[in-house]
Amino acid sequence: MEILNAALVDWSRAQFALTAMFHWLFVPLTLGTSFIIAIMETIYVKTGKEIWKRITKFWMTLFAINFAIGVATGIILEFEFGTNWSNYSWFVGDIFGAPLAVEGIMAFFMESTFFAVMFFGWNKVSKKFHLISTWMVAIGSNLSALWILVANAWMQNPVGMKFNPVTARNEMVDFWEVLFSPTAINKFLHTVTSSYVLSAVFVLGVSAWFLLKKRNIALAKRSIVVSSTFGLIMIIVTIFNGDESAREVYRTQPMKFASLEGLYYGAQAAPLVTFGIFDIHKPTMENQNPKVFTNKFEVPKLLSLMATLKPNSYIPGINDFIKGNEQYGIVSYFDRIKMGKEAIGALKVYQKERGKNDSIANAALTTFKENYKYFGYGYYNDPYDLIPNVPLVFYSFHVMVGLGFWFLILFILGLVFVLKDKVQDKRWFLLTALWTIPLAWLASEAGWLVNEMGRQPWVIQDLMPTTTAISNINTTSVMITFFLFAVTFTVLFIAEVRIMLKQIKQLKDGGH
Amino acid sequence: MTKLFRKVFFFYYEGFRNMTVGKRLWLIIAIKLFIMFAIFKVFFFPNFLKTRFHNDHQRSEYVLEQLTTPNHKN
Repeated sequence: MEILNAALVDWSRAQFALTAMFHWLFVPLTLGTSFIIAIMETIYVKTGKEIWKRITKFWMTLFAINFAIGVATGIILEFEFGTNWSNYSWFVGDIFGAPLAVEGIMAFFMESTFFAVMFFGWNKVSKKFHLISTWMVAIGSNLSALWILVANAWMQNPVGMKFNPVTARNEMVDFWEVLFSPTAINKFLHTVTSSYVLSAVFVLGVSAWFLLKKRNIALAKRSIVVSSTFGLIMIIVTIFNGDESAREVYRTQPMKFASLEGLYYGAQAAPLVTFGIFDIHKPTMENQNPKVFTNKFEVPKLLSLMATLKPNSYIPGINDFIKGNEQYGIVSYFDRIKMGKEAIGALKVYQKERGKNDSIANAALTTFKENYKYFGYGYYNDPYDLIPNVPLVFYSFHVMVGLGFWFLILFILGLVFVLKDKVQDKRWFLLTALWTIPLAWLASEAGWLVNEMGRQPWVIQDLMPTTTAISNINTTSVMITFFLFAVTFTVLFIAEVRIMLKQIKQLKDGGH
Repeated sequence: MTKLFRKVFFFYYEGFRNMTVGKRLWLIIAIKLFIMFAIFKVFFFPNFLKTRFHNDHQRSEYVLEQLTTPNHKN
């Protein structure tokens, strides 16, 4: 095989990260705002008050802007799969095919039918049918997200499939196991509920701006009631399903779990580091430096409790995975590398002898199957290359969690102030709510950083490393498209912000 | 049946005609899709395996060769 250079891997990864993160600027707002609009319209239909129709239509316009600018930006990721990540695409083809096909069909029918009724149907269809269409848009867009997240969850925890050594493809053996794997369920719930939180922060922040400008007071206050209530419920749900997600990560991706807490050395009754600054000296084979943090604040036993629901349990650290820990049944990365190399070697022999010498081929196939679990480790020689970027994962995780708790406080304050009819007088709160808008995106993107950087070097957990997944193409072409995307997405993002700001500023005062 | 189709057609037709912000959004969508499919996809994103190999058998062979020759990578 030709030598793949590190620059190609890095540029391919950077390009994918850029497009995915830009795409994610639009998606969570669509997911959450669609439900907020549906709630507002439900209030309109129930009460018959015109102000709620006005409120619904206003947020619907902002929803449409975001949807229009963001729609199809995810397709770029599929282009990249085919061009830059061909080994990966081939390897996973059948797993991704079904969920993405369902997503495409569902999204097309839901969106072309109910989306049109939602926007064109005011005064043309009955109030009830219009309301049903709005709810269907919300449900449909969230179901679209389900399939993508199921595909992503499979990469983190590949279940319900079988590798075919003749075609080099994974074939789905149990669709339901793929769909309902605990990883998929947790991922879907945590992603969508955190997106609802982001949308609630957006609605709250924009409403705060109206109050600061002393315009559209009725619209703003009612929007704060809906967004704070919805946001408060959703941030509580997000905290709980985030906690469950952490346990799932502990079970299926323990290296990622250790990384997000900066746990280099396993510990009984492990404390949770709520705040920490990394020491620059990373522990290695040669440098067994036990000082991981220069400064930290930790809560005793909380990490053990969080991971296992037992405060005194042992939580393995990064070192336990590298060197193994017999007492806790952890196979060392040194051994996994050996087994991975066995699997790769056996696959090669099987390919060569298949149809020529059946006994050798069958023996090779048996060896391959026995060691397939650690197939991806065989591409490495140094176990320390299998450690993700721990500081990045740690900081991203803590930013996400910290901001999550800040949103909880913000929604409580918003709800209390608006119910006491004092929100318009709390200038400090209104300014804070407004400036929290970008923080909602920061938290959301940080969550994806934890998810994707924490699982490195794997593109498919334990089976395929990122370096094996890429196509052997020209690095320059990847660099060119990286910058083309950067420009295109930046233009789209600026367009979205400008059009939205114009719509917000243009909204005429009115309503009671 | 024809009546239903006419009704649906005019529903969309009038909807598009009466749009305000939507017209600009549709323009953005059209330009964006053109850039993505007519420029990015055509000139920069050929499907690596489809353009290099004629059939799935060849693609399998190639990927297997990639998967089983790991020594140069790490």
